[in-house]
Amino acid sequence: MLRRVVAVSLVIASGVAAAADLTVSAAASLTNAFQQIGTAFEAANPGTKVQFNFAASGPLLQQIARGAPVDVFASADQETMNQADQQKLVKPATRANFVSNSLVVVVPADRPATKSLDDLARPAVRQVAIGVPAIVPAGRYTKAALEKAGLWPRIEAKMIGAQTVRHVLDYVARAEVDAGFVYSTDAALMPDKVKIAFTVPTEQPVLYPIAVVAASSNAAAERFVAYVASPPAQAVLARYGFGKP
Amino acid sequence: MASASLDAAWIALGLSLKVALWATALDLVLGVAAGFALARLRFPGRELVDSILLLPMVLPPTVLGYYLLVVVGRRGWLGGWLEGTLGIRLVFTWQGAVLAAAIVAFPFVCKSARAAFEGVDVQLEQAAHVLGLGKVAVFFRVTLPLAWRGILAGLLLAFARAFGEFGATLMVAGSIPGKTQTLSIAVYEAVQAGQDDLANLLVVLTSATCVAVLLLAGRIAPMRIPGRS
Repeated sequence: MLRRVVAVSLVIASGVAAAADLTVSAAASLTNAFQQIGTAFEAANPGTKVQFNFAASGPLLQQIARGAPVDVFASADQETMNQADQQKLVKPATRANFVSNSLVVVVPADRPATKSLDDLARPAVRQVAIGVPAIVPAGRYTKAALEKAGLWPRIEAKMIGAQTVRHVLDYVARAEVDAGFVYSTDAALMPDKVKIAFTVPTEQPVLYPIAVVAASSNAAAERFVAYVASPPAQAVLARYGFGKP
Repeated sequence: MASASLDAAWIALGLSLKVALWATALDLVLGVAAGFALARLRFPGRELVDSILLLPMVLPPTVLGYYLLVVVGRRGWLGGWLEGTLGIRLVFTWQGAVLAAAIVAFPFVCKSARAAFEGVDVQLEQAAHVLGLGKVAVFFRVTLPLAWRGILAGLLLAFARAFGEFGATLMVAGSIPGKTQTLSIAVYEAVQAGQDDLANLLVVLTSATCVAVLLLAGRIAPMRIPGRS
């Protein structure tokens, strides 16, 4: 109890983050794997504290564009990183793809699984959760796949827009929607609540890029980017279901 | 400015007004009833009930949103029953947004109603009763008119709070354009997506509406709005 009181008091008393802190803005789908990698990175680099900022890739880019003090940016798609590149927000030489993922349709675990995108367009499926395409890369992949299948207008009509891919997962887990589009790594986190109905072929491969933010002067930033590509970090990512880039 | 974003802004404004008006109407009935009960009834645990009814004012909206999701969601005990027997769904509907807004705004009406009823001279009610009015008639013709000013001030604050509701609404009703995407949620989403043009339009619209509400409030209940006495 006393330790908790002390901990809370420290939080209240402490000011801004110390200069040595490394701030990593990462796509929401990386949450669990990156938290583990962060702990391992801190152990390997004594004196460096890693703090994460998880959200959909779109808002993370907006924050960096408006001058948020971020050192490393990892997005869930190439498009967001391309925008960061065009706006000169990241150091191009440090950019690298570090994992791949796949887009899947999930349904609540106790429901019969839909078999195809066409099934989702049927009246029996009333609401489908999708990340808002303007904000969430998973939503953008979904929209492109549905447009290619000629189903976007019909499924958009029953779309429940979510702020991150993890919100989609939550909506499906609570059975508030009949189906949702998430990454296979997200679906694997809740095997008792959601099940994968089928994998969605995407126009472009789901490849995650990482880069050092241009405004960062933290020497640990490049070390973190290198660490994410190292065997120990890749092993953590593989354990959460991410594929090789 | 694209006319599409102008349309989106007006739709969001209309929705915000609709949700806030319904929430205020709901709070008018429930808040006045609860305020009257707290002011006039003597029962054990009255102050505890008062505190619990005030909770939405102090609890973070996300906590309320989570409670609501657990209770009225499809898997929640109330939500499951509502959908199973009445076919009513609250999550991801504008009615859900009304419920969230009504709960966060409830304490404003309840608190001011209680104070207003406590300020009514009981002798006036007794006089009306002696002159032959029934209990219900005394309430509607004597007590309520005497307490009305205070209740109205509470209602205006409740409306303002409901109009700006964000956290609980987003959790319960989501962000569906034209259905549950109120002004405050539309601002959030426009900023997230980097649509500054739309965000600018939305915040100007929101600010203008709030100024209009405050001007109206000053006209209706000039003595009761804080800072205007």
